[in-house]
Amino acid sequence: MSNLSYVRTEMLQEQAPPVTQTGIVMWLRENMFSSIGNSILTIVSGVLIYMVLASIVPWFWQSSWTAHSLGECREAIAHTYGEGTEGACFSVITERYNQLLFGFYPSELYWRPILAFVLLLLATAPVLFPAIPSKYLGFSALYPFAGFWLIWGGSLWVPLAAIFGFALAYAAAVYLPKVIGSLGSVIAAILLPLIWWIGLSGSVADGLQNVVPLAIQSVDSINIGGFTLSVMIGITGITLSLPIGILLALGRQSNLFVVKTICVGFIEFIRGVPLITLLFVASTLLNYFMPPGTSFDLILRVMIMVTLFASAYMAEVIRGGLAALPKGQYEAADALGLDYWKATRLIIMPQALKISIPNIVSNFIGLFKDTTLVSIIGLMDPIGLSTAIRANQEWNGIVWELFAFIALLFWIVCFSMSRYSMYLERKLKTGH
Amino acid sequence: MKKTIVLGTLAAVGLTAGMASAGTLDDVKAKGELACGVSTGLVGFAAPDANGEWAGFDVSVCRAVAAAVLGDPTAIKFVPLTGKTRFTALASGEVDVLARNTTWTFSRDVDLKFTFVGVNYYDGQGFMVPKALGVSSATELDGATICIQTGTTTELNLADYFRSNGMSYEPVPIETNAESQQNYLAGACDVYTTDASGLAATRATFENPDDHMLLPEIVSKEPLGPLVRHGDDQWGDIVRWTLNALITAEELGVTSANLAEKSAGTDNPEINRLLGSEGNLGEMLGLDAAWAARAIAAGGNYGEIFEANIGESTAIGLSRGLNAQWTQGGLIYSPPFR
Amino acid sequence: MSMADQTASKPSFRLSMLIYDTRYRSMTIQVIALILFMLAVAWLLSNAASNLAALGKPLSFSFLSQPAGYDINQTLIEYNNQMSHGRAALVGILNTLLVAFLGCVLATILGVTIGVLRLSNNWIVSRLMTIYIETFRNVPVLLWILLTMAVLIESLPKIALFRGENPINTMSFGNSVAFTNAGTFIPKPIFLSGSTPVVVIFFLSLVGIWAFGRWAHKRQDETGVVLPTFSIKLAIFFLPSIAAFYILGQPITLEYPVMARFRFEGGFVIRNSLIALWLALSFYTAAFIAEAVRAGIQAVSHGQTEAAAALGIRPRRTMQLIVLPQALRVIIPPMISQYLNLTKNSSLAIAVGYMDITGTLGGITLNQTGREMESLVILMACYLSISITVSLFMNWYNESIKMKER
Repeated sequence: MSNLSYVRTEMLQEQAPPVTQTGIVMWLRENMFSSIGNSILTIVSGVLIYMVLASIVPWFWQSSWTAHSLGECREAIAHTYGEGTEGACFSVITERYNQLLFGFYPSELYWRPILAFVLLLLATAPVLFPAIPSKYLGFSALYPFAGFWLIWGGSLWVPLAAIFGFALAYAAAVYLPKVIGSLGSVIAAILLPLIWWIGLSGSVADGLQNVVPLAIQSVDSINIGGFTLSVMIGITGITLSLPIGILLALGRQSNLFVVKTICVGFIEFIRGVPLITLLFVASTLLNYFMPPGTSFDLILRVMIMVTLFASAYMAEVIRGGLAALPKGQYEAADALGLDYWKATRLIIMPQALKISIPNIVSNFIGLFKDTTLVSIIGLMDPIGLSTAIRANQEWNGIVWELFAFIALLFWIVCFSMSRYSMYLERKLKTGH
Repeated sequence: MKKTIVLGTLAAVGLTAGMASAGTLDDVKAKGELACGVSTGLVGFAAPDANGEWAGFDVSVCRAVAAAVLGDPTAIKFVPLTGKTRFTALASGEVDVLARNTTWTFSRDVDLKFTFVGVNYYDGQGFMVPKALGVSSATELDGATICIQTGTTTELNLADYFRSNGMSYEPVPIETNAESQQNYLAGACDVYTTDASGLAATRATFENPDDHMLLPEIVSKEPLGPLVRHGDDQWGDIVRWTLNALITAEELGVTSANLAEKSAGTDNPEINRLLGSEGNLGEMLGLDAAWAARAIAAGGNYGEIFEANIGESTAIGLSRGLNAQWTQGGLIYSPPFR
Repeated sequence: MSMADQTASKPSFRLSMLIYDTRYRSMTIQVIALILFMLAVAWLLSNAASNLAALGKPLSFSFLSQPAGYDINQTLIEYNNQMSHGRAALVGILNTLLVAFLGCVLATILGVTIGVLRLSNNWIVSRLMTIYIETFRNVPVLLWILLTMAVLIESLPKIALFRGENPINTMSFGNSVAFTNAGTFIPKPIFLSGSTPVVVIFFLSLVGIWAFGRWAHKRQDETGVVLPTFSIKLAIFFLPSIAAFYILGQPITLEYPVMARFRFEGGFVIRNSLIALWLALSFYTAAFIAEAVRAGIQAVSHGQTEAAAALGIRPRRTMQLIVLPQALRVIIPPMISQYLNLTKNSSLAIAVGYMDITGTLGGITLNQTGREMESLVILMACYLSISITVSLFMNWYNESIKMKER
C-alpha cells in the first residue's frame, strides 16, 4: 500500500509548446494576425509592398550605367534585356554626379569643397556631442572662416580680417566693462567690429595681401552649385541665424515696449510669408534697397534672405527654450546680483540653448530642404542642375533617375540629422 | 560657427559699389571677365555640358564679346537667369550683357529701359502637335489644351491669337522647358507652343521626332537679340558691333579657317577695316585694332556659329530661313564697317 | 553733511542719469532703438525711392486695373484675358485658398490615420507607417511636387485614348468621371428652379446635427445615458435632404462631361497641376501631422489609461473619453502650424503651373508688367493676412482649451 500515491512522483517530460505559441508562428500571430482587422491590414500592406517593389525592382535592375546619352542608354537596355524593356538610365548619374554634387566648380579643385565638408563634420562634432572636450569648440568657431575660404578661395587675409572683428567684439565685451560700464561695453562690442568691417577691414586685408600674398585660387560664386550650394546656404543660414535669433528671442521677451514690438513684428512678418517670396525679394528687389549703383552677388543676396528667414524661426525655437527654464533660474541670477547681460550670458542662455538643440536641428533640417527653392530663382542647386541637364541634347527627356538621386541625397542627410535629434531628445529627457 | 559671410557681403558691397559708377567697359576690364546672362538651359541656345562648359547659340555671342573686349573667349561668368530674374539682373548690373533669347519689344526697350543691340535670331511663335492628333493648321485647334512656358511673351501672343480667331483653349503654363516637354510628350497637352526655334530644338531630341510636326502658322514676330542697359552707349556699341562683325564676316567670307590669312591684309578694303589691318575702327570703339578678328576667332562667323549650334548638321537641324544673309534672301543684315 | 543734503534735496536732472538711473535707462534705450530703427527703415526706403526713380519706375499700383492679357485654366470665379491684373490676382488668391483648404483636409485625414496606425501593434503596418513618415519628411517638398506631377502625367491614361468614335478608354463610374493625364473630369450639379428648398433643408439638417450633438452631450452629462450619436447624425445628414429632393421632383441634375474634339466639355475639370500639388502637399504634411498625433497620444500618461481600466471603462471609450481629449490639447497647436506651413508651401504651385497667387501676381503679372516692388508687396501682404488670421484663431483656440487650473 505504501507505494500507492495520489500524485505523480516524477516529473512529466516537458512538452514543446503548441506550435501556435512558439517561434515565427507565434510572432506572426501576435504581430500580424492578432485579429480580423489586423489580418486585413497585414494583407493590404503586403499587397502594397509587392506592387511597389514589382514596379521598381525590374526598372532598377534592368538599368544602364555606362551610356553617354538617353538614346544610347535606351538602345543598350533594349539590346540587353529585349525590346520594349523599361529600365533606368543611371548613366546620367555616373556621368553628371560631379555636377550634381559640386555644380560648375573647377574639377581640379574638387578637393576644396570635400575638405571643407570633412572639416564641417569635425567642427560640428564638439557642438553636437558633449562627450568631446569643449576645448575643441575653438576649432568649431574658426571653422566657418576656414570653410568659406576653402570654397570661395581668394586671399587668406579676408577671413583673418573678419576674425579680427570678432576679436575686437570679444575684447570690448571682456575688458571694457571696467572702463565704461556694462551697457557701454555691449554697445562698444557691437559698434567697434561694425566700424572695422565696414570701414577698415577691406583696405587692411588688401594692404596685407599686397605685402604678404597668401591666397588660393578664387572661385566665382556662380560656379558653386549642386549639393555644395545647398549645404552652404543651409549652414550659413543656420549659423548666422543663431546669434540673430538669440537677440530676437531676448528682444521678444524684453519688457522694453519698442524693442519688443520691433522684434515681434519682424518675427511674425518673416514667419507669415513663404520663403519663395523672400527669395523673389532677393532676386529682384534687394538691390533696390541698397544705395544706388550697388550690386552684389545673387548667392550672397539669397544667403541674406535665408538668414533672415531662419532667424525668425530660430528666435521662436530659442524662445521655447527660454520658456522651458524654471523661473527659479532667473530669480537665482537676480539674487546673485548679476545684471541682465551677465545673467543672460552666464545663467540663462547656456541652459536655454542646450534645451533647444533638438529643435535647432529640426529647424536646420527644414531649412536645408527649403534650399531647393533657390532653383526657382535660377540658382544651380541640385534641382536647378537637373533642369540644366535635361536641357542638354544628350539627356533631354530624363526624369526619374535624376529626381531619385537628388531625393536620395537629401534623404540621407535629413534622415541622419533627424536620428541625431531624436538621440539628443532621449538624452536630454531626464524626467520620469 | 558663424560669420565670414558678413565680411564677404560687406566687402562685396564695398567693392561693387565702388566700381559700378565707372563705364561698363572699364568695369569688365577691371573684373577681367564678362558677366553674361543666359537661359537656365535651352537646347542649342545655352546649356552646360558635363564639364560645366556653357555652349550654344546665345552663349557664342557672349564668347565673341569677351574675346573682343578681353581677348579671351573663356573669360566669362555665365549667370543662368529665369524669365523673372533676367531683367532685374541686367538692370541692377549683375550681368553686363543679356543673351537669353529675349524678344525685342517696344515696352522692354522703352519702358524697362534696355537697349537691344541687334537681332541674332529672327524667330516667331509656332505650334507643335503630334501627327496622330490629325491637325494640319492652327485654326483647327479650337478647344485644345496647350502647353506654354511662362515668363515670356508667349502666353500673351497665344491669348491674342485665339481671341482674334474666336477660338477657345486651355493653357497649361509651366516654368521650365524640360517640364513642359514632359507634359507634351506624355500627352497631357495636345499642343506645345513656344518660339519655332525652340520647338524644332525640342522636337529634335524626341525619341521619335517624326511623330510630331510643326504647324505652318507662325503667330508672332520674335526678334531675339542680346541687350544691355540704357545709358551706356559705348558698351552698347561694343556689343552691337561685335554682333555686326560676326554677321559681316559671314557676308564677306571671313571664316575662322581663313581668318589668319585675311588678317594679314586683303584686296577688300571692308575686310581690312573689319580685321583691323586698315583704318582705326577698333580705336573708335575703345578697343584695339584686332578686336573683331578675335571675336570671329572665338567661334567663327555668324554662319559658323549657327551651323555649329543649331544648324542643319546638328540634331536640332534648323534651316537658315529668315536668318540667312540678306544676300541669300534672309533678314540678317549688318550695317557697313566704314 | 553734504551727502545728507544731496539725498534730502530732490536731485536735479543730469544728462548722465539717462544712462545710470534705472528710472530713465529703459526709456533711453527704447528711444535710441526707435531712432536707429527709423533711420534704418528710412535709409532702405530712400534707397528704394531713388533707385526706382533712376529706373523711371515710380511706385504705382495702376497696373492692377490694366487688362492682364493672359489666360488661367483653373478658376473659381469668372475670368478671361481681358480682365484686369487685379482680377487675375484675386483668382490666384482663391486658388491658393482652394488648394490650402483641400490640402489641410486630406493631410489631416491621412496624418491622423497614419499617426494612429504607427502605434498599431501590427508589426508590418507600424513599420510601413514609419517608412512613410521618414520618406516623406526627409525629402524636400518641391521634389515631391515635381515627382507627383511626373507620376500623374506618366501613369494616368492619355486623354487621346478617350477620343474618337470608338475610344480605347471609357469614362468610369457610369460614364460620369474621366481620369486622364490632362486632368480629371467630373459632373457638375445644375440647380434648376425649385432647388432652393432642398438646399435650405440640407443646411437646416447640418444645424440639426449640431443641435442634436449638444443635446445628446448634455443629456449624457445629466443622466449618463449614451446615445448612438453617430448613426443618428448620419441619418439627419442624409434622410431629410434626400426626401426633399424626391418630393420636389428632383430639381437638381448633373451635367456630365462629354468628349468634344480635343477634350471633355461640360462638367468640372480638375487639372492635374491642382491634383499634383494637392496630393504632394497633403502627403508631405501628413507625415508631420502623423508625428504630432503620435506624440500627442504618447504624451497622455499611461496612468490615465490604467485609471480608466480600473474604473471599468472599455478600451474604445477610454480612447474616446480619456485619451483623445487630453491628446488633442497637445496635437492641435503643432497641427495648426502645419496647416500654416502647407498654405505657405502651396506657393510652390509655380513649379507645376498651378495658377495660385504666386503664379498669377508674383509670376506672369510681375513678368509682364515689370512691377516687382508693387507685386511682391501685395503678394506678401496676402500671405501675411492669411497667416495672421490663422494665428489669431490659433491663439483663441489655445486659450479656450487651456487646462483650467484651480
